[in-house]
Amino acid sequence: MLRVSLLKRRAEFALAAAFAAPTPGVIALFGRSGSGKTTLVDMIAGLLPPDEGQVELAGSVLTDTRRGIAVAPERRRIGYVFQESRLFPHLTAAGNLRYGEKRARSVPHSIRFEEVVDLLGLAALLHRRPHELSGGERQRVALGRALLSQPQLLLLDEPLAALDGARREEVLPYLERLRDWLSIPMVYVSHQFEEVLRLATYLVLLEEGRVLTAGPVAEMSLRPELRTILAPDLVGAVLDGLVTEVDAAGGTAELAIGSGKLQVSLREVSPGARVRVQLLARDIILAIQPIEGLSVRNALLGTVTEITPEMQASVLVKVDVGGPIVLARITEAARTALRLAPGDAVWALVKAVSTRGHAFRLFGAPARRA
Amino acid sequence: MEPVNSAELEALWLSLEVAARSVAFSLPLAVLVAWILTRARFPGRTLFDAFVHLPLVLPPVAVGYVLLLLLGTHAPLGHWLQARFGMQLPFTTAGAALATAVMTFPLMVRAIRLSLENVDRGLEAAARTLGARPLDRFLTITLPLILPGILAGAVTAFAAGLGEFGAVITFAANIPGVTRTLPLALYSAMQSPTGDPLALRLAILSFALGLTGLLGAELLVRRVRRMLGR
Repeated sequence: MLRVSLLKRRAEFALAAAFAAPTPGVIALFGRSGSGKTTLVDMIAGLLPPDEGQVELAGSVLTDTRRGIAVAPERRRIGYVFQESRLFPHLTAAGNLRYGEKRARSVPHSIRFEEVVDLLGLAALLHRRPHELSGGERQRVALGRALLSQPQLLLLDEPLAALDGARREEVLPYLERLRDWLSIPMVYVSHQFEEVLRLATYLVLLEEGRVLTAGPVAEMSLRPELRTILAPDLVGAVLDGLVTEVDAAGGTAELAIGSGKLQVSLREVSPGARVRVQLLARDIILAIQPIEGLSVRNALLGTVTEITPEMQASVLVKVDVGGPIVLARITEAARTALRLAPGDAVWALVKAVSTRGHAFRLFGAPARRA
Repeated sequence: MEPVNSAELEALWLSLEVAARSVAFSLPLAVLVAWILTRARFPGRTLFDAFVHLPLVLPPVAVGYVLLLLLGTHAPLGHWLQARFGMQLPFTTAGAALATAVMTFPLMVRAIRLSLENVDRGLEAAARTLGARPLDRFLTITLPLILPGILAGAVTAFAAGLGEFGAVITFAANIPGVTRTLPLALYSAMQSPTGDPLALRLAILSFALGLTGLLGAELLVRRVRRMLGR
């Protein structure tokens, strides 16, 4: 468990944030820029003293202003991957990687140099200086450097923000591997929802220095607070499910979602893998009776639980499909025509193709350590 | 022109020795003072800053005179040094080096301070999260990063030290083979009715030495910068 409750006042800004998140896992701090994400992680790392508050990780207190506890950052064993990598320019990639490793003498080394080099694909970069590395390579080295300091918590402050789209795609898979192979809890700061979707297990929403709400990603995807931050087109329920069947030729996989099945567009998975899919609300069609002769691959039978008016004459309909909830956005006119009301039975229609790029493998590889 | 004679060589070597000893003596102190001026916040900092830079604006003779007042054989501190350690500073090569060190100290501090101000504090914070304690951080991160500034400061101070005149002649006098450095030898040659050729050769020697020093410094700093990847 990572328990954080911190207060920091500045002339132009006040941060008062508290959350308690389960560990291990990836805790995403999500919010617009200027919402206090970096200030919060700096205080967790101990680099910035809070005015008041506590930080507690796995039962040990790192900060407690009331009891006068403030463990120095160099003794916290918290790895920090900064937005701008902050590699030491006078050392090679290998020198950077070894820097933290050498200074973690008093703890058992469960993460070995060769393993990290292998995991992050660093073998060819070891003798290079930071200025000879690309932005993506620098972030991979920074990641390795933090890991080798044998941390009990890893802080990642928008590690992809300084990279362009292609470079981002180059680093993201490594982050997924890290999450899957190591059981080190991570705090991942981002303002890109796609990164949160792909990596996070727990989501903390920050807005103007306060925690709006916090919880598991699937649960948070249904919250109205998230919709105040997300662009309307990115609103959609997140569902986690197990792969039951794979159609390799068709590039689709079938997931067991609640009592139903869902075909998603996803390659390179095998049966039994855990998959997360986001069904964008704007992509979902609602029908009040079974429909035949459509190309749609998925028809999930469910019950309307809630109808929320939105901007621009549309409504957001919550449909319980046998446990999991799906969000559908339809126009106010369509709702009136169908006379939809809570309690009604509906079919939620989802094109498998619409899930392309919105379905991700989760913890597919066996965790290296329990 | 006559071949280089022993008086010139003697003055040249002495100049090099005095400048080298002054740099060796003041470098660690200059790093410390530069660090204090950049990082520490304390009352009287501005006054301390001004005091460190005083030799830049004082007449060198005044600096030599102050040293004499403090460390002369009859001054309490000078007497104590002599009695306790058998250390005599006025009229010795060590004294010439000390006077040179005081004069060139601000140059050194300025160069080091400038590079310290340019150090990315974020790198030191990163080292902290990797488990480096304060002294460790300073030695493994800060110091290598300010190496170009330290080198630049040392070489500038060395080159300037080769030519220090006023403070040296006031504090350490003009003793052949002991404190008669290049500029002092040049001055002495100019005082002698037959010394013109010698004075010219010494002037050329000083000129060449200064130029070599400055060019060498530039090349060295560039190489170190490249090593640091900038």
